Amino acid sequence: MLTKRIIPCLDIKNGRTVKGTNFIDLRDAGDPVELGARYAAEGADELVFLDITATQEKRKTLSELALRIAHHINIPFTVGGGISSVEDVRVLLDNGADKISVNTAAFKNPGLILELSGVFGSQCIVLAIDAKREADGKYYVYLNGGRVATETNCLDWAKQGVELGAGEILLTSMDHDGTRNGFAVELTGLLAESLPVPVIASGGGGTMAHFSEIFKAGKADAALAASVFHFKEIHIPVLKEYLNDEGISIRI
Amino acid sequence: MKIVIIKYNAGNIRSVLFALERIGAEALVTDDPDLICNADKIIFPGVGEANSAMNYLKERGLDILIQNLKQPVLGVCLGMQLLCAHSEENDTECLGIFSETVKKFIPAEDKPLKVPQIGWNNIYNLNSNLFTGVAESSFCYFVHSYYAGLGETTIARADYIQPYSAALHKGNFYGVQFHPEKSAGMGERILKNFIQF
Repeated sequence: MLTKRIIPCLDIKNGRTVKGTNFIDLRDAGDPVELGARYAAEGADELVFLDITATQEKRKTLSELALRIAHHINIPFTVGGGISSVEDVRVLLDNGADKISVNTAAFKNPGLILELSGVFGSQCIVLAIDAKREADGKYYVYLNGGRVATETNCLDWAKQGVELGAGEILLTSMDHDGTRNGFAVELTGLLAESLPVPVIASGGGGTMAHFSEIFKAGKADAALAASVFHFKEIHIPVLKEYLNDEGISIRI
Repeated sequence: MKIVIIKYNAGNIRSVLFALERIGAEALVTDDPDLICNADKIIFPGVGEANSAMNYLKERGLDILIQNLKQPVLGVCLGMQLLCAHSEENDTECLGIFSETVKKFIPAEDKPLKVPQIGWNNIYNLNSNLFTGVAESSFCYFVHSYYAGLGETTIARADYIQPYSAALHKGNFYGVQFHPEKSAGMGERILKNFIQF
């Protein structure tokens, strides 16, 4: 049976992980490859590496990082952050990335999704959406790492993205991200039930029960988290045993 | 031992190369007919579209070359599908090593599953030395919209919407629908088994 996926996310700046970690036993906790390999060994189902570098050197460091990850890590991984062209994607996939994620560039130029899925196939194109609930009770798309509001409804953009060829949606709820009060169950469920592609829920995972909730009530296909794994508040093997005991299909 | 990975217009080729490196095996990525024919083991990988892949192989004479290989050959994902008789993906005649045909996943009313299948799924009824040391119902990583049905050459089964072939074997040809190069330790064991044939 196809399992739900647990996905640690690593934020990368200038080739190093940021936000810190609590892995005192790692030789170099700032090395995304060593941290990623650790998660893979612990049973993570996939990894996401999100580059938040804002310099001209970015493309080169990201492609070099993809190559190092692909050499050392034996599970699938997605690379994202500032990807805006077929050439960006070609280099990353050639260097061994399994999927790439696009966000702001795809919103500004939806044809990018069509172009990328046409050249590389939908299976490797993840559309990342940052969403926030406004006073009217509806969820809207935000750009540039959540700094720029739009007037576009989250579900409308997700549907359009899938029609254009996105093979997965990585949904981050800005209302939940960083709170550790639980994932966005309602919004995730809305997308997961409306879309014919998998939905990865991101933002708010703080306890093992939150993961169970987002899979059961939120219908998520995968759950992504960062700091709860980095700071060892949740240990992946323990989480997976717990979810298995909860009756959720999980790889152990 | 010379291991060759067939180079063609499909993705994930370097991932297979890196996976072999992790288990201590060196391989060469090439479309050179002499190098392919003289290899001890051949891996035919691929993520992509069947029709354009078959056209690419035919234009270079690689279709006939592959059909006539006598050494162990392992097709991975699209590579396995291209070793089958026919694919529904753009109505493509394939290499015909395996008699199975490749069909598109159609979500059923009682099984509204998403296509492509992306993620970890179990493999069952393991019936080949390709799976030595691999436990029944082990998890492997799959990414695909098309599948080969069950048939006489099936050596492993998976279930998604309906049962289908997770792996095929006939003579010196093997094929796996999942990605051993991305399937953690189980995948590495399967690659090791293949290169030790």
